[in-house]
Amino acid sequence: MKWYAMLVCAAAWAQVPYERIVDATKEPQNWLTYSGNYQGHRFSPLTQVTPANVSGLRVQWAHQFPDRAEVSPLVVDGVMYVSGPNNAEALDVRTGRRLWSWSRPIPKDYRNIGFGRVNRGPAILDNQIFVATLDCYLVALDARSGLERWLVKVEDYKPGYSMTLAPLATRGKVVVGVSGGEAGIRGFVDAYDARTGERSWRFYTIPGPGEPGHDSWAGDSWKTGGGSTWVTGSYDPETNTVYWGVGNPGPDWNADSRAGDNLYTCSLVALDGDTGKLKWHFQFTPHDSHDWDSTHVPVLFEADVRGTRRKLVAVANRNAFYYVLDRTTGEFVAGRPYARQTWAKGLDDRGRPIVIPNTEPSPEGTLVWPNLNGATVWFSPAFSPRTQLLYVAVREIASVYFKRKAEYEPGTFFAGGGEASAPGEKASGAIRALDATTGQMRWEFPMHSAPWAGVLATAGGLVFSGSDEGNFFALDAKTGKPLWDFQTGGRVAANPISFAVDGKQYIAIAAERTLYVFGL
Amino acid sequence: MYLWLAIAGLAAACFAQDTPDVDTGRRIFESQCALCHGQTGGGGRGPALNRPKLAKAPDDAALRRVISEGIDPEMPGAWQLHPREVGSVAAYVHSLGAVPPEILPGDPQRGEAIYSGRKCAACHMIAGKGQGFGPELTDIGARRNAAYLRAAILKPAASLPAGFQYVAATTAANQSVRGIRVNEDSFTIQLKDAGGRFYSFRKSVLKDLRRLEGQTPMPAFEGQIGGAELDDLVAYLASLKGKP
Repeated sequence: MKWYAMLVCAAAWAQVPYERIVDATKEPQNWLTYSGNYQGHRFSPLTQVTPANVSGLRVQWAHQFPDRAEVSPLVVDGVMYVSGPNNAEALDVRTGRRLWSWSRPIPKDYRNIGFGRVNRGPAILDNQIFVATLDCYLVALDARSGLERWLVKVEDYKPGYSMTLAPLATRGKVVVGVSGGEAGIRGFVDAYDARTGERSWRFYTIPGPGEPGHDSWAGDSWKTGGGSTWVTGSYDPETNTVYWGVGNPGPDWNADSRAGDNLYTCSLVALDGDTGKLKWHFQFTPHDSHDWDSTHVPVLFEADVRGTRRKLVAVANRNAFYYVLDRTTGEFVAGRPYARQTWAKGLDDRGRPIVIPNTEPSPEGTLVWPNLNGATVWFSPAFSPRTQLLYVAVREIASVYFKRKAEYEPGTFFAGGGEASAPGEKASGAIRALDATTGQMRWEFPMHSAPWAGVLATAGGLVFSGSDEGNFFALDAKTGKPLWDFQTGGRVAANPISFAVDGKQYIAIAAERTLYVFGL
Repeated sequence: MYLWLAIAGLAAACFAQDTPDVDTGRRIFESQCALCHGQTGGGGRGPALNRPKLAKAPDDAALRRVISEGIDPEMPGAWQLHPREVGSVAAYVHSLGAVPPEILPGDPQRGEAIYSGRKCAACHMIAGKGQGFGPELTDIGARRNAAYLRAAILKPAASLPAGFQYVAATTAANQSVRGIRVNEDSFTIQLKDAGGRFYSFRKSVLKDLRRLEGQTPMPAFEGQIGGAELDDLVAYLASLKGKP
């Protein structure tokens, strides 16, 4: 019997074809892509851990990394795949023991400009694990051995291009985006052939001369306009559409040289999965001067809007507004603030912000809510199809924004200012449950400080997240009532996942340099 | 003379790209650092920087690192600054060290006697002597300037450090604890009471948790202490620099 079980295990272990990821919900024991499914839900269909028994969660095993971990692991048929800055490992999910590891040296002259030396996770397709590196290479590793199958240079790291995100493996392709919004890069979304590593397409987030939207940049400002793409997008397999968030324009806090809306910065773009061709775009913050990247995981769902069933995409934006768009056309459906903000009177009928004058950075400093890290940022929201609620970790924090001279010099900061903490303005945080279709708040769990961790929702009726002070906790998905918490001893700056093995449900979260795996 | 100046000016312009600029540094300092370190680096909520040697930044490289990375948790790093801007801020901070140190009117030895006479050691500790309810004062002279010390003695509630909180907690068993918050997260809070004892509570099981905003257990000495006596006490505290 035992040899038979082992054989089945080995056979099942080998392949993760595209179809398995499309149907990820049908194998809730696994976590096959960054957000758990292509729709960006970070929702586990597992039901073993419930509000009634969650107080019994205990650490089953832990794994220590050499660096601060912001990883969202993958779990496939008894094996967990994790990644860090320029490294990756396969772990046995039952014990945490290592099965293989891979690393690539970080070049001595590499500089991370405006972000930490982190990695947010790997991707899997067929027999390969994909890792994006700080020095801007995309690497394909054999899932069975950790050996490099191919490696491709996405862009030169020297002028400031870098990657920290988890790649998104779609139909035969691996999609990645770049960091570098504080270094005057020209951002893009790339897709590579999963078998060969050959580049299939590149979509520049800043249109070149002659392209629509190019006139939203004054003079040559488009050349150093930023538009990074540093957070994993979502994918609609039915229409083969990639949804990807675009970062801030550069220089961040001095917008003088770049008059215009600065397309497609601070936007969501919908791209054809085969060609990278732009289907539509929606800009949340035109002509941004607060560093409010629109780099979030877009959440795809369907709901009735005024009596009509619609395919929607939702984004809780760094700029403190929640948006619902038609995901076929990009049309604005609904929007409202979900956190304190002092920069816009509201949104107009088309979702464009009505900006309050004199809220841009100034030499003497301008006090604005939210701060430059925004009301939420890269860490994932969660969507539960059961409650139809979108759960988001919210930062209630202000800052004083400064504007200074910005001169472009390749490979250095091109930011034109900065922020300082706002004296006397009390910062806090919360997990908020929003009606996904309207953005109306249903409940909130107040937190001691502004968080930097994502949210997981489960079919068992729970919401998991973490805090800067090291708490990892579970809330009732219906009410927000805290039901369980654990002090991890390190800042939680990662996204939780859930998986099962041998019929037992686990929840995993990284905190500082440790990955914790909890079970009943 | 003028020719020499012109040549010097020309040379300065040629090197402007790479040399740190004290004036640029001053402008950045005034907007982003002065809130804690004072407009001219004389200190306030943060330590005074107008001294030739800085405890946490003994050389230029260390100072640049502190400026861009900060000191966790009390000082945020100015990571958005260009390396050249960091260099300029460092140059400005170095220039503050050339300012002659403040001469204080009081006598530290007499101040020490006032410190013990006023029973300051009932709440504060210096080099292991006293009780640990109020802040440690072993190196207070390295962390705060004389003006701040003077103000804190006269009106302590008006100059509370960032994050300071005096808390009154009542447990389910009706035990009352008043203490200084030493730590807190979303679920628990840790206090230190007047006897220097630590307490840890789960906030959800407390009957009452009151944050005594703007309050401090330290009495205000305004009207009680002044003139030469205050000068002496300030001089004593300012002389406490911790480990040499």
